[in-house]
Amino acid sequence: MAMTVTRTGPAAKTAAPGSPRRAKNFKSRVLVPYAMLAPGIILFLLFMAAPIVYTLFLSFQKKKVSGLGLGKNSQSQVFAGLDNYISALTDPEFTASVLRVLLYGVILIPLMLGFALLFALLLDSRRTRAGNFSRTAIFLPYAVPAVISSLLWGFLYLPGVSPFHFVARQLGVELPSLLDPNLVTFAICNIALWGGVGFNMIVMYTSLKAVPTEIYEAAKLDGCSEVQTALRIKIPIIAPALVMTALFSMIATLQVFAEPTTLRPLANSLSTSWSPLMLVYRDAFTRNDVFSAAATSIVIAAATFIISFLFLRVVQKRAFGQEN
Amino acid sequence: MRKSFRAGAVAMLAAAAMLTAGCSGGAGTGSAAESAASDPNQKVELTYWAWAPNLDKVVDLWNQKNPNIHVTVNKQDGGDPAVTKLLTAVKAGSGAPDLIQAEYQKIPTLVAADALADLSKTSANDTKSHFPDGVWNSVTLGGEALYSVPQDTGPMVFYYRADVFDKLGLSVPKTWDEYAETAKAVHATDPEAYLGTFSSNDAGWFTGMAQQAGASWWGIDGDAWSVKVDEDPTQKVAGYWGGLVQDGVIDNKPMYTPEWNTALNTGKQVGWLSAAWGPGVLAGNAGATAGQWKAAPMPQWDAANPATGNWGGSSTAVTSQSKNVDAAAKFATWLNTDAEAVKALVTETGIYPADSAGAESALTTAPEFFSNQPDFYKVVGEAAQNVGSFTYGPNVNVTFNAYNDQFAKAAQSKQKSAFLDAVKSMQQVTVDDLKKTGFTVK
Repeated sequence: MAMTVTRTGPAAKTAAPGSPRRAKNFKSRVLVPYAMLAPGIILFLLFMAAPIVYTLFLSFQKKKVSGLGLGKNSQSQVFAGLDNYISALTDPEFTASVLRVLLYGVILIPLMLGFALLFALLLDSRRTRAGNFSRTAIFLPYAVPAVISSLLWGFLYLPGVSPFHFVARQLGVELPSLLDPNLVTFAICNIALWGGVGFNMIVMYTSLKAVPTEIYEAAKLDGCSEVQTALRIKIPIIAPALVMTALFSMIATLQVFAEPTTLRPLANSLSTSWSPLMLVYRDAFTRNDVFSAAATSIVIAAATFIISFLFLRVVQKRAFGQEN
Repeated sequence: MRKSFRAGAVAMLAAAAMLTAGCSGGAGTGSAAESAASDPNQKVELTYWAWAPNLDKVVDLWNQKNPNIHVTVNKQDGGDPAVTKLLTAVKAGSGAPDLIQAEYQKIPTLVAADALADLSKTSANDTKSHFPDGVWNSVTLGGEALYSVPQDTGPMVFYYRADVFDKLGLSVPKTWDEYAETAKAVHATDPEAYLGTFSSNDAGWFTGMAQQAGASWWGIDGDAWSVKVDEDPTQKVAGYWGGLVQDGVIDNKPMYTPEWNTALNTGKQVGWLSAAWGPGVLAGNAGATAGQWKAAPMPQWDAANPATGNWGGSSTAVTSQSKNVDAAAKFATWLNTDAEAVKALVTETGIYPADSAGAESALTTAPEFFSNQPDFYKVVGEAAQNVGSFTYGPNVNVTFNAYNDQFAKAAQSKQKSAFLDAVKSMQQVTVDDLKKTGFTVK
């Protein structure tokens, strides 16, 4: 889709004013732009479009075995119709993983965006001290890869090696293990929160910085307090940034993979199909069934599209209304 | 731009020509292999994908002695990635090495994908007498073909903290009943100490224990596979461990976690049911306890008929894309059965060789971590002779994955009944997967 857009875009523009049809003109107005676009188009086709088309193709295939399935030509790839999609959508493990991730998102997204907004507003307020340091400190966890941060947090969660549990035990308190089945979602949320607040804060903070200061001066003259300025002026103005961070967070939530995968071997509470993407990974690389994995990926991608689209439809009017 | 297009077209044509040449070369594999064998002066280049540490040093010995068959080791990340890469190369039709280090449980999967050459017509077929029957069975899948030459095995033994046992006045358990009693005694003296843990992460470990009890999870019955996970031996093992976990005398946390390492170091894990390669892991994870451990035979179900299982181990296979099957088989035979090679394997890579005679002559002094137990390899060697045979099926990965998920739930619930349900689930998932792919299942 995006490919056709990039292709027709420059073509449409060049065709209209290119009425003096001279050969030289054709070359400079048509060939050159295409030549310049070529690297992008080729890379896009190779590394985006081709894998997507291949995944679509795979999702309609399956493995067919004859006899014992040992030796030459005993296994072949055949057309599967909608089989893979039907089994993906009726798989109770898939439904369960989606529900788990929904719960995870419901806990994580409001907390993450709430903290990010709070920190952004605090950093933007006039009375901030040590702003640069705080901003870097809050942003820094985002620079730690999720696998590394999950390993670090995993250490802190394991009761046998955790300093928190050690201190609590010295004080005579027995802390519950965050890796227990009923708490493990919070354990994963915490890692994502730790890593994600900084990024979202920077996005919001940047858009706060873009607001002309005259507005604040006017508000101050009118007797607005800092809190009132934040609630009545700053938040409504940066609403587009809030929408964008919310959308990114939702997509990231649906795609949660690194944290639960890294924590899984540490405890009994996470299955290899905890999140939808873990299920895809398990099917493709543990069970050697790329066909089911391809179908499940397509379902997840489609769902992500639909959810993002609906979300934008619902909030767009409110968030971007003032711009029209 | 035009010029580069023309150059590209030429390159494409050239590539296509080479591709067809490659295909026709493949068709003539047989004759190429024959001529290589009949003409000893013909120089042959072999590539070998392996992940055992320092294996290239062992291969150097071969290269010095055999200037005409030169082997290059291509280091791999591990068993799983190497298999994934090989399967991709087989699908693509080119890119596979001549030789690959293959774990026993992966062989049926590789054979199913037609990734391995049959070695039964080569010199490798004469090595049968070097290996215990159970090991030989895993590389033949119980049939006439030979898919691989065994390299190392992991006969299971019981490692325990001799100093803690002495202090508590415990004797080494010889049967599983005694093991349960010992576990109770250890836990009674210190509520944080356990004789062992039931690990939902290590399917190979549980498989080894089921094997000891007499299980063989797959079988070939004419043109059909049979799946025998949910049967008496495995149910017995699962029920036994479920009971111990339910009583709280055995820990329910996975192995190979920072927590487990700490427990090994601080003496909260007093024993470990593991394999011949255990000393390396203990030295790495519990270095502070060197000289305090001892190895003993596995506790037995029937003391009159000692048996043990296998945890881990790998073999040397020749791939179906190799154009020099005979030369590759010759190398695989040398690597795993020649006395000098086996000795080098032991000293350089630290494996426990599958070759019985080689193991006996190469493994004379105990590993450093067990310097307090001079007869270490006598204990392990006897265990190696008692490994029963076990047939792996074409979807081991699915079964092992089901083990991880189902036994994680069971271990967490600490209910004996949940352990038995987990076995049932493993059977169900395995059979469903086979049927879904179109295998005939009996």
